[in-house]
Amino acid sequence: MTEDPAHIVPYRTFILVWLTLLALTGITIGVAQVHFGALNIWIALGIATLKSALVIAFFMHMKDETTLFKLALLAALAILAIFIGLTFFDVLYRS
Amino acid sequence: MSGHVHKDYTGAKFGMWLFLFTEVLLFGGLFILYSVYLARYPQAFVAGGAQLNVWFGGANTLILLTSSLMVATSITALRRGATSLCLGLLGGTVACAALFLVNKFFEWSAKIGHGIYPGSAHLKELPPGEMVFFNIYYLTTGLHGIHVVIGAIVLTWTMVFIKTGRVNAHDWVILENAGLYWHLVDLIWIFIFPLYYLILH
Amino acid sequence: MTSAAPASSETSRGFLGEARYPGIFGWIFSTDHKRIGLLYLWCIIAFFCIGATLGVLIRLELWAPGRTIMDAQTYNAVFTLHGVIMIFLFIIPGIPAAFGNLIMPIQLGARDVAFPRLNLLSWWLYIGGAILAVIALFTGGGPPDTGWTFYVPFSTHTTTNVTLATVAVFTIGFSSILTGINFVTTIHRLRAEGMTWTRIPLFTWSLYATAWIQVLATPVLGITVALIFAERVIGTGLFDPAQGGDPIMFQHLFWIYSHPAVYIMVLPGMGVVSDIIPVFARKPAFGYKAIVVSSLAIAFAGSLVWAHHMYTSGMSDLAVMVFSFLTFIVAIPSAVKVFNWLATLYQGSILLDPPLLFALSFILLFTIGGLSGLVVGAAATNIHVHDTHFVVGHFHFTMFGGTGMAFFAALHYWLPKIYGRMYDKAVATVAWGVIFVGFCILYLSMKIVGIMGMPRRYWDYVPEFTGLNQLATAGSWILAVGLVLMFVNLIRGVLYGAPVGANPWGGATLEWQVPSPPPTENFEADPVVTHGPYDFKKAGIL
Repeated sequence: MTEDPAHIVPYRTFILVWLTLLALTGITIGVAQVHFGALNIWIALGIATLKSALVIAFFMHMKDETTLFKLALLAALAILAIFIGLTFFDVLYRS
Repeated sequence: MSGHVHKDYTGAKFGMWLFLFTEVLLFGGLFILYSVYLARYPQAFVAGGAQLNVWFGGANTLILLTSSLMVATSITALRRGATSLCLGLLGGTVACAALFLVNKFFEWSAKIGHGIYPGSAHLKELPPGEMVFFNIYYLTTGLHGIHVVIGAIVLTWTMVFIKTGRVNAHDWVILENAGLYWHLVDLIWIFIFPLYYLILH
Repeated sequence: MTSAAPASSETSRGFLGEARYPGIFGWIFSTDHKRIGLLYLWCIIAFFCIGATLGVLIRLELWAPGRTIMDAQTYNAVFTLHGVIMIFLFIIPGIPAAFGNLIMPIQLGARDVAFPRLNLLSWWLYIGGAILAVIALFTGGGPPDTGWTFYVPFSTHTTTNVTLATVAVFTIGFSSILTGINFVTTIHRLRAEGMTWTRIPLFTWSLYATAWIQVLATPVLGITVALIFAERVIGTGLFDPAQGGDPIMFQHLFWIYSHPAVYIMVLPGMGVVSDIIPVFARKPAFGYKAIVVSSLAIAFAGSLVWAHHMYTSGMSDLAVMVFSFLTFIVAIPSAVKVFNWLATLYQGSILLDPPLLFALSFILLFTIGGLSGLVVGAAATNIHVHDTHFVVGHFHFTMFGGTGMAFFAALHYWLPKIYGRMYDKAVATVAWGVIFVGFCILYLSMKIVGIMGMPRRYWDYVPEFTGLNQLATAGSWILAVGLVLMFVNLIRGVLYGAPVGANPWGGATLEWQVPSPPPTENFEADPVVTHGPYDFKKAGIL
């Protein structure tokens, strides 16, 4: 159980994470104005992934959970990636 | 049944996380379609994205990030015994949800005013890629909007529990799980925002 | 169904005699996993009987070319209904929701599942979805005629009541998801002291693998049918070429769920067989860890092969080759299981009781079905047999010969535990024989007529196919007779059978250590597990 007071996350941590998230939002809007061609979508996705990693780790306390939680999350994301990835064997190679 | 058993916090949280995975995979179906149609119609998706208002999307991003902060801190507040602060933060979150929906309402109204909505005559005159873009835009943001409503209801319900003392500094797993759900709503938006509003401006 | 307990004497009726509410409410509002399991079980058996009746009607229509007993539109509705009922209301919930609920918590040494109220909600969603499906038959434009696969563009354009049917499927899918969440959490959190991961019975292990597929794949079905709904109601057209959509993407999304769903259907069946064989061979399961790993491997590999249903859909040639290759991978863990079962039987002192007979027919029929799966899984041969009766024969061998037989095996194995009464074993053996013969005549004929070129889902056919179709139809009658015999015998056993003790078969798993029927919270005191699930010596059985 994680009921002991040591696990209470201080307000400061959350506010720092929030400020980082706002900064990353600013960056992603800024970067979108510059043309990198096909790279743009990957940069946008990269920043979104970073933002969601922060939300998951701090706001959702994944940082303090056991390995089981982390492995389960990884499995879910891996399955989604596989679903998208294998679909592209079809859509990219239609004659 | 579980009256005499000690409440299993880890089990309750794990169950909630499993439920969140199902939500991720539910939206995952739409993200699969998005990725496939983006690969097929890159130009049309840029043209479609350019017609969305980045200010609406950006404002809603700020609203949701801030609401997430409030939910996260509300747990700390509750566990430190600051019940009224906790209730205030949750009330703020529900207000953010309402603000988000108002914002969404104006955004959709503007689009519908221009004749762009699923099945509209104007939409059917657009190039095929843009039709797909707007259809999937309405479906994804619509489904997300439903989740915002559900999240707001769940948080309001949790506030009632806190008021009645069922959720308190020593028994807070319901707030924890309600918070997890709300963060998921935020997470989905974190991806929706760049994919729809910022695509190659 | 039973009502509240008669005051004192009959303590042996266990959970069957201890209801929180009077009468029917003691069942439909009970959060006891065994009561919920029985609710599922009887609903599932009822739906199976309806589905089987529809199947017999389909075979009657195919007795001769042209109209026999129904017109073409009715035929389309009947085979759609047969598919929807059998898939969504029988096979998918069949073993996990019924026997998983009844047995799995006891096998773990738990008093209930992790979320008992959620468990009850699952049943309500299941029955609610079923009611919606029934309403869909009699409202709107008439019963859906799309087949259970809801392929676009037909499903988005047909005037029949597909819209409501998608809501029904969504609801039932939600029920399946909640059961999956419950089971994964239960297995992680509620194991008794000493119930280490390598002491979990193989049935519960198979439910664990199944539950993960339920959690991760079912939501994709949810969004897929939701998109059909949206396309029909608000015209979003994501699969409509006229609006830039791609109909093949529907097939991708549909099979991303529905192929893993095949393993939701069959993995629990494999678990039942894995639990039954050691008991009736009086030997520990051979290759316990290999069977566990193969369950997880099937669950994972089964998520990589969905597009082998789509070789003729017009998807890319590269995808055809990739998915054909990946499909063969699934054969490996499946074969690992079959070899381990056979090795468990080897040199065992075999008791040919009804549960083992059904389990053995599972192995034989599922192997035949699996081998014909290689024929349909290989891209080259698939093109020849695609959408023929060969495919229908194939999936009936795996689904009915596999999961169906395992379900019957589970009925014969665990019903005495649940009701504390034994059916007539001689009648059960005869029923098994009749079912087996009828099954083989019915579905082997289908396979042959399919190889000859008879398409599936056709109401009419050329006269050359008449002989084999009549043979198949005759087989369906034999099968139906066997099923009636089996169910009557089981119900007679439940009502009037001789009382059995806690452990009629000599099993070493925990459910055989509690009384039959088990008491409401399963265990007097929390059990401590000291040996593996098939360690008959340490359990004091050998």
